[in-house]
Amino acid sequence: MGISFDVAHMLAGLMVLAGLMMLYQDRLYPLLHVLALQAALLALSVGWQAHLQAAPHLYITAAIALLFKAAFIPWALRRMVFRLGIHREIESVVGIGPTMLAGMALVALSLEVMLPITAQADPVARQDIALALSIVLIGLLLMVSRRNAVSQVVGFLAIDNGISLAATGAQGMPLVVEISVAFSILVAFIVIGVFLFRIRERFDTVDVAALDRFRGEQP
Amino acid sequence: MIGLVGVLAAPLVGAAILAFLSAYRLSARINVVVSAAAFASALLLLVERPAPGRFLLVDDLNVVFIVLGTFVGLTTSVFSASYIGHELATGRLTLPYLRFYHAMFQLMAFGMNLALAANNIGLMWVAVELATLTTVMMVGIYRTHQAIEAAWKYFILGSVGIALALFGTILVYLAARPVVGPGIDGMVWTVLMVHAHGFDPALMNVAFVFLLLGYGTKVGLAPMHAWLPDAHAEGPTPISAVLSGLLLNVALYALLRFKMLMAATPGAIAPGPLMIVLGLVSLVFAGFMLYRRRDIKRMFAYSSIEHMGIIVFAFGMAGPLGNFAGLLQMAMHSLTKSAIFFSVGHVAQVKGTQRIAEMGGLTETHPLLGWALVAGVVAIAGLPPFGVFTSEFLVVSSSFARQPVLAVLLVLGLLVSFGALLLRLSAIAFGEPLGSVEPVRASYVPIFAHLALVLIAGVWLPGPLVLWFQHVAALLG
Amino acid sequence: MALVLLAAPLLTGLIRKVKARLQRRRGASVLQPYRDLRRLLGKEVVLADNASWLFRTAPYLIFAFTWVAASLVPTFATGLLFSWTGDLIAIIALLGAARFLLALAGMDVGTSFGGIGASREVMIASLAEPAMLMVILSLALIAGSTQLSTIAQFMLSPAAGLRVSLALALVAFVVVAIAENARIPVDNPATHLELTMVHEAMVLEYSGRHLAMIELAASLKLLLMISAIACIFFPFGLVIGASEAGRYFVGLGAYALKLAVAGTLLGIFEMSIAKMRVFRVPNLLGGALMLALLATLLLFVSVGL
Repeated sequence: MGISFDVAHMLAGLMVLAGLMMLYQDRLYPLLHVLALQAALLALSVGWQAHLQAAPHLYITAAIALLFKAAFIPWALRRMVFRLGIHREIESVVGIGPTMLAGMALVALSLEVMLPITAQADPVARQDIALALSIVLIGLLLMVSRRNAVSQVVGFLAIDNGISLAATGAQGMPLVVEISVAFSILVAFIVIGVFLFRIRERFDTVDVAALDRFRGEQP
Repeated sequence: MIGLVGVLAAPLVGAAILAFLSAYRLSARINVVVSAAAFASALLLLVERPAPGRFLLVDDLNVVFIVLGTFVGLTTSVFSASYIGHELATGRLTLPYLRFYHAMFQLMAFGMNLALAANNIGLMWVAVELATLTTVMMVGIYRTHQAIEAAWKYFILGSVGIALALFGTILVYLAARPVVGPGIDGMVWTVLMVHAHGFDPALMNVAFVFLLLGYGTKVGLAPMHAWLPDAHAEGPTPISAVLSGLLLNVALYALLRFKMLMAATPGAIAPGPLMIVLGLVSLVFAGFMLYRRRDIKRMFAYSSIEHMGIIVFAFGMAGPLGNFAGLLQMAMHSLTKSAIFFSVGHVAQVKGTQRIAEMGGLTETHPLLGWALVAGVVAIAGLPPFGVFTSEFLVVSSSFARQPVLAVLLVLGLLVSFGALLLRLSAIAFGEPLGSVEPVRASYVPIFAHLALVLIAGVWLPGPLVLWFQHVAALLG
Repeated sequence: MALVLLAAPLLTGLIRKVKARLQRRRGASVLQPYRDLRRLLGKEVVLADNASWLFRTAPYLIFAFTWVAASLVPTFATGLLFSWTGDLIAIIALLGAARFLLALAGMDVGTSFGGIGASREVMIASLAEPAMLMVILSLALIAGSTQLSTIAQFMLSPAAGLRVSLALALVAFVVVAIAENARIPVDNPATHLELTMVHEAMVLEYSGRHLAMIELAASLKLLLMISAIACIFFPFGLVIGASEAGRYFVGLGAYALKLAVAGTLLGIFEMSIAKMRVFRVPNLLGGALMLALLATLLLFVSVGL
């Protein structure tokens, strides 16, 4: 299997670890730091894939991941948290323990589902896709189990990281750069203040439970 | 070629122009003109189609939807002209946002047309994402508390759906790679259809689950529907019309493309049962929800969920009859629901409220609007002679033939929603006049044009159209 | 066996010296723990009236268990006296027995401090033990055995490769080791404040030679953990099987170097972070457990492909 698999496995495994660390955090600034870490690992992983597949256009994706997702977005979120005076403690719906157990269960589940069905692909692609799915599921769990709008955005960014890992892991996928740019634009819109700023205009906190008061008609 | 270029270029150019125009009358007129140009190009596509390329494709399935989509876009732009005028007058919408609104409108039309015409599953995804982005911005345009909450919820749920759909797309590529080879061809739909018999069934199954969950969120299937009622209720009414009439269809169209791919892969679990379950759940759930709605737009939003449930159920039943019924229902629902939203928009404007309890006796105070609403609701409830009755009848009979138990559930759901709609209709349209009795400057042409089309379709479907639908139904497997 | 007995207080002394230096004090000499032990051994034992036989015998038993466990870990060579039983599970069992006795002894005299210490210790243990076991499971999956010498041999061979599961297992092991040895951030070995005591609370009533036994056992436990980490994850210079005398000296030198590095790092680490509040310790240990679980899961991925 060799060193190429080992390095890819290490980077993807560390990304999963970063996702679990995000579940563990209950303060906003460290959460953003872990998000930056995960994006940096993604950049490294994509760079390694670019090297393995001899696909120079993937270096562009790696650069986007590094500059945009690992540097700019966490910085922008940090500034927003600071300027909007958002609560820096994140309340979670269930305690951290059960959340982390659920996260581990999701990792196990995604490995169990994805590994058998990708039997035809080569090992690096297989483990990239399986671990990418676990990162996506952990991001979903993060979105669902937190009461703070910023942490929900962070969960979505984790989902974005997972999907980028999958897209580059599936070797030779065309339009990867275009799709990752499109996704990054989506991410940028979520982050760069269009709604956070509007939310700030209206509410004093970005606690989603406060948003619920304005839910309108209850179904 | 011209047709395809026109369908795509007209909205794009229009968006660029409208982003800079502040004068309301002028921009509203240009909006209508651009939409008309798109519609004309779509009509050209009926006559002459370009050959499928690596990125764009026009075939039997999407040509109908492109024509329908541009038509509804045109009528919505006409409606929007008078509606937005009223909003500007009451100060609910300000001039800077007007440019934004018009530009986003055309950008969304571009995104939808691109999604419909895409031959590349990656490009289709990007286009759906673009359409999502633009509609989200428009839903939040009033900037009230409720509007922002609705837009945020729509954004988050829509983005999660899009992300899952992208994952499914990646899995489809992964399944195709051993057969088609790496490179751009692995994502071209026509190439995928040709080679589908060699795909790994298990991988395609998992891929379809993700696609169903992802694009299904944008279709508004329960349990991923949570964004839909709020987005319809809080956004401007033209956006509600476009959401219900067009965007749901585009998302469903994406699902259909993948369903065709699944049908061509032997050994893959038929996606039918999953779609049937989701469709039935949406239908019954929305039917019961209709009873407790107090906001008129929210009620019709649940009606959209219900109809999408019926459509997905029909496609889940599959077979020539089921698929035909689904396609017909998609078209009929699109026309009817947008007509309803047109009239509801004017009703809400004249009454100054969206609460049903504060409206009444519409047929007395505003007869033309009131009777249009009555006709629309009668149509959407599935009464003959409107087209929705035809398609629902076909769905029920196809399911009776295959799975009688499901047909019972289906009819139950239909009856429940039927009751709720007519109950509310009688409260709004008949009885004591409530609320303001100001005369309203409404654009009746879009409303009646749609209703007329639905009526005609209910009575007589033109031959070529039937043949088209049958051909596509056969392709859908 | 004698080696670990002699080296343990030296290690403790080194750590204290490093911490003192970082605090800009000169600190006591690294040989001070030896002097402390000699002093304690000569002092009179002060027993409470209601102390039972358990209280009197526990220190000896704890010391015996810990000494045997520490001897089982290959320090500079794998062919030593006890290495045929140098099984990780056995070591954990011995340490667990020692901890059990200590907790009982802490509760024996009936003071509240002892009760607090015992309950906190057991709470920490209830999370640390499963984490440790998961780490052992990962190692066993990689190396194919729980024998320390086998694991060390495997790690030295090129078959180990670059594995992220090993890194995760290492981090989890380090966290568990910190918890087991009552170091910052789980417990402060130099404090006697009720709010912050765990280990010290249990041994508060001991004096004289009993206290000397327990202190030596604690030093041995620290040495054991560090040796285990060095043997499993950094087995450079470890002598496998029989060899000529020169290699043994190199092994000894390498071992001494590893101990010195580990001690220094531990001292620096303890100085750089604050002690955690007790109710947050389960979060930390839960995190270590998750890390170990993740290491095992990732192993299933890479082994199963």
